[in-house]
Amino acid sequence: MSFPWAEVYRPKNPLMRWVDERLPLPRLVYNAVGKGYPVPRNLNYAYNFGVLAGLALVIQIVTGIVLAMHFEPSAAGAFASTEHIMRDVNSGWFLRYAHSNGASFFFIVTYIHIFRGLYYGSYKAPREMVWLLGLVIFLLMMATAFMGYVLPWGQMSFWGAKVITGLFGAIPVIGEPIQTWLLGGFAPDHATLTRFFSLHYLLPFVIAGVVILHIWALHIPGSTNPTGVDVKTPQDTLPFHPYYTAKDGWFAGLCITLYAAVVFFWPNFLGHADNYIPANPLSTPAEIVPEWYFWPFYAILRAFTVDFILPAKLWGVLAMFSSILLLFFLPWLDKSPVRSGSYRPKFRIFFWVLIADVAVLGYCGGLPAAEPYVMLSQVATIYYFAHFLIILPILSMVERTLPLPNSISESVLHGEEAEAAPIDLGDATPAKA
Amino acid sequence: MVRILGILVGLGFVGVAAWSLLWGVIAYVQEPPHETVEHAFHEHPESVSFSFDGPFGSFDRQQLQRGFQVYKEVCAACHGLGFVAFRNLHELGYSEAEVDAIADQWAIQVPSVNPETGEPATRKALPADRFPNPYANETAARAANNNAMPPDLSLIVKARHGGAPYIVSLLTGYRDAATYRNGHGDALPAENRPGQGLHFNPYFANLNIAMPPPITADGQVEYGPGNPPATRQQLAEDVAAFLTWTAEPRMEERKAAGIWTLVFLIFATMLGYLAYQNVWAGRKH
Repeated sequence: MSFPWAEVYRPKNPLMRWVDERLPLPRLVYNAVGKGYPVPRNLNYAYNFGVLAGLALVIQIVTGIVLAMHFEPSAAGAFASTEHIMRDVNSGWFLRYAHSNGASFFFIVTYIHIFRGLYYGSYKAPREMVWLLGLVIFLLMMATAFMGYVLPWGQMSFWGAKVITGLFGAIPVIGEPIQTWLLGGFAPDHATLTRFFSLHYLLPFVIAGVVILHIWALHIPGSTNPTGVDVKTPQDTLPFHPYYTAKDGWFAGLCITLYAAVVFFWPNFLGHADNYIPANPLSTPAEIVPEWYFWPFYAILRAFTVDFILPAKLWGVLAMFSSILLLFFLPWLDKSPVRSGSYRPKFRIFFWVLIADVAVLGYCGGLPAAEPYVMLSQVATIYYFAHFLIILPILSMVERTLPLPNSISESVLHGEEAEAAPIDLGDATPAKA
Repeated sequence: MVRILGILVGLGFVGVAAWSLLWGVIAYVQEPPHETVEHAFHEHPESVSFSFDGPFGSFDRQQLQRGFQVYKEVCAACHGLGFVAFRNLHELGYSEAEVDAIADQWAIQVPSVNPETGEPATRKALPADRFPNPYANETAARAANNNAMPPDLSLIVKARHGGAPYIVSLLTGYRDAATYRNGHGDALPAENRPGQGLHFNPYFANLNIAMPPPITADGQVEYGPGNPPATRQQLAEDVAAFLTWTAEPRMEERKAAGIWTLVFLIFATMLGYLAYQNVWAGRKH
């Protein structure tokens, strides 16, 4: 694992040596997030969001476990027990708001993490497995978040469950049996709530397991970096600890501060008012919208309005699932040997168009399906699929890329010899540039 | 191979989406969507400032007590408050004896069981009880209200877009449908005027609400001495403040905890930033 110049773990403390000889856990930690893991020295703040996603997962699991102690997973009692948590459980309001907003922050950092990977070509060889495992985590997150939103059994919980499971009903022949099987009945009810609760408790631990695989796969080649050039010499890297622990640490503090501001002062800003109305199967809300982090996909789902061989609804469902599944093929769709978008002038333009496109999809997905927003989401849907399936494959064949730096250290140091010595040998301070 | 397949699949989705777009554009050009009456006449809530606005805002106990009085004398006839218990009224500044008295004298009794016969019965409320619903069940509520269901008010401020200002606007926003003119000076079309048992209110999403105007006159609720004059606006604001408390009774605790949490986090983040600068000093990156 890692580079030949990685520090080797030599425990000084006799207790640690005793443990390490019997169970090399200290060695594992040292090689994963300690001095024994050399990391490209030029990572920018876009590279902080993987750690933040891990932190969000921990926050969700910890708050979720305590919430589950007070929550009653039953169609008759779920809404009331959520209010019991908000009113009568000591600091229960904090647990619930931290958990519901924690889901939003988990998605914010994950989306930034994914877009960072898209820009810097983190999906390309030899990191395809890191990318694929990351997408598995993303899918598991979406399933977990969706089922979690159903649990308070408010109006949006109920109707969201009905609409989303209804998507499976669009599949010919087997669709409706699948929907009935997922719900445990013909409509969301007690059986739906209890199975969603069970899976909502299970999946985060599955996510944690896949996160371990994700990090394991990452640590074989190590992180990409903003230049996209491979690590070549010891001068290109710094040990994870203390350099990136310090950088991740303060930046995590900043992000937790923003998160806390929302939890304590605007806890319902990202939620929907209708979910404070108890679920009522006889009263359909004026508009059914999922949580904001599903809006881009919801817009794609609703962009297909005309039957074409297949029914429009089925096209929408196929497109929505394909919009995520196509990312699994990205390493083989974009064959450009240059990783970093910084050295791909045309790719870079398309990348920012994609960002704007997804923002437009998100905006349209949160609005009622009315014109002109349906047309807008159709245009955005066209670009989304064209970007990944048509533009990137062609671009990677025809684009003239910019010359790459010879090495990371060259791009960073601009020939300053003093610090170009390996990190553990030269400690001279470079001249101020 | 993956690229060729990808391009084909991509062309498929792009083509079908473009087909949908084409039909959308044709429909849009041939028949542009016109503004619905609900949209043209719907008013957004007036802005109302409350003592609990903002990160440092807190409840005004006097106002909450007045709001409770409005709830008790006006709203409670039809609306329950099922997630709030009488004991919670301590938080409004009532003493234990006062809470006991409020529960004991509450107009609606709590469902119970006759201890001798086992027959359903009612008894006087205790501080531990939640506010009893004025109706035995939904059917009874609808039967008494022209088939409309008065919602429970515990969470109403959080369950409606616009929150407390919406409640104020709704309570004071009843207008005469026949003479009303919207911002463009248009009169309400006849087919949108309220039917039997409905009341025109531009702040309500579909304009016609089943609830009759609950606050009809200044001084409808008599505030004791030392309180502001009980104008309709004041009554509406007070009950909206009370309902904000019922929806979010831990708001003050939350904000206080938030201030100290942010102070701590900002301090810790600054220390972390200094540590980061220290560690990275002299390392170009």
